[in-house]
Amino acid sequence: MTKLKFLKPSNKLEEGGRMSAPIQNDVCEPERNCPNCRKDIPLSRLWANQLVCSCGHHFRMGARERLNIIIDNDSFCELFTNLKSGNPLAFPGYKEKLSKAEQTSNEDDAVICGTALINKQQCCVFVMDSNFMMGSMGTVVGEKITSLFEYAKGYRLPVIGFTVSGGARMQEGLLSLMQMAKTSAAVKQHSDAGLLYIAVLTDPTTGGVTASFAMEADIILAEPSAIIGFAGARVIEQTTKKALPKEFQTAEFNLKHGFIDAIVPRREQKAVLSELLSMHNGGCNE
Amino acid sequence: MNNIPYERVKLARLNTRPTGLDYVNNIFTNFIEFHGDRRFADDSAIVAGVARLDGKPVTVIAIEKGHLPKERVMRNSGAPQPEGYRKALRLMKQAEKFGRPVICFIDTSGAFCGIEAEQRGQGQAIAENLMEMSTLCVPIISILIGEGGSGGALALGVADRVWMLQNAVYSVISPEGCASILWKDSTQAEKAADSLKLTAEDAKAFGIIERILSEQDIGEIAFYERIKSLLNEELKELTVEPDLIQKRYDRFRKIGVKEINKK
Repeated sequence: MTKLKFLKPSNKLEEGGRMSAPIQNDVCEPERNCPNCRKDIPLSRLWANQLVCSCGHHFRMGARERLNIIIDNDSFCELFTNLKSGNPLAFPGYKEKLSKAEQTSNEDDAVICGTALINKQQCCVFVMDSNFMMGSMGTVVGEKITSLFEYAKGYRLPVIGFTVSGGARMQEGLLSLMQMAKTSAAVKQHSDAGLLYIAVLTDPTTGGVTASFAMEADIILAEPSAIIGFAGARVIEQTTKKALPKEFQTAEFNLKHGFIDAIVPRREQKAVLSELLSMHNGGCNE
Repeated sequence: MNNIPYERVKLARLNTRPTGLDYVNNIFTNFIEFHGDRRFADDSAIVAGVARLDGKPVTVIAIEKGHLPKERVMRNSGAPQPEGYRKALRLMKQAEKFGRPVICFIDTSGAFCGIEAEQRGQGQAIAENLMEMSTLCVPIISILIGEGGSGGALALGVADRVWMLQNAVYSVISPEGCASILWKDSTQAEKAADSLKLTAEDAKAFGIIERILSEQDIGEIAFYERIKSLLNEELKELTVEPDLIQKRYDRFRKIGVKEINKK
């Protein structure tokens, strides 16, 4: 455990993000296994590195933690917090799933929206949360994203959005599907008003979210090796009975085929987003 | 039996049902097919071009499944590739330029699910259609004639009016897919079909479609004549609508709002 000395928190971010147990002398500290390099990494060390393994693997991250590493301290002003999903189809088991998701994620639904500063530049942000039913889009996600683009259009602000989603939420049936059209229309209005929208696609961004607002940004960035696609890889394999190519649907695959602008590692995201905002006159083309 | 949603799913999938081209050939005259997306290829799962509706030029876009096994292979059973959606968008833009309405016929189990489709951006192609259709300056009417499978159907469904055949279904996921994800058992498709609320009546109740078209004389001349006169009527209204785009926006904007609980 000689490595531990190296782990001593050295900045505010590490302290804020670190799990409750002190790391200096805790030999039994919880660890997580990296699916890429197969090493066990102490949680504190992972948190200190924004949940990125030293091998470069990006672990999934909750919406609020992500927000903390992107925006200026205490600059988040949350919007549209009063919305909760009903069970419009009376879908069996959905109510229970919703309350369980609320407990595990501590959120009302799979996206948080608001205004924030990124290096003192004002913008609207949305961050999806994989801890809430794998970021699936139902009526609440659709309504919040739509409202955010409308708000951003009204105040002439750019939108920065982090996506993570398994797709449309099937427990809300057609109402979920229609959120794809609804959000897309709002993105279009914002875009036609000359305003900037940057999407950062994180692991996984699939289905109805890929086929709507994730792919509609002026600038589309992605985290390394994030899975980005429309149909699920397993479904494709089963339907076509063909072996999938290596790195299928990864960010690298999407970059190669021309569907994203750039892959940006987590630790560089704030700087890149800040510079892009600044290059676009704060995201407002007037 | 017709009231059981899964029976509707089976009916919607019957290969004896009229397909997209049957509607195109029986409702319109002088149809001239236009091919290709000008980017990569022509997708035969989507048939599109110009035609006359009672003499007036319109742009028609139809997903075609084919009837016979040979046709089904040729049409990829109506599962469009990204090129199909891009061709559709190209022709919608053309319709906008020349000021003619767009009529879409939707019948697909879903956008094609394959390696090449992903390589060529199936998600991006659908997303672009949703975005661009929302501000197209000419009237759009979409009719679901069989299966309305998820994003692959919606990509032609951002319209001013959306109608459904009585036995057509419109769903976020196939009942089989839903059952296998939720209950790890695709044989529970019947239960899933019931839960998904995918019938025309359900879609109307949620405000997702405006009209249900009766199938009592499906495939007969009178059936097509009826659709034709409904199209004429509706287009008469839509072509003089001053707030077409705003109304289309509002149409989708309100979907799902009243189903949300406000804390």
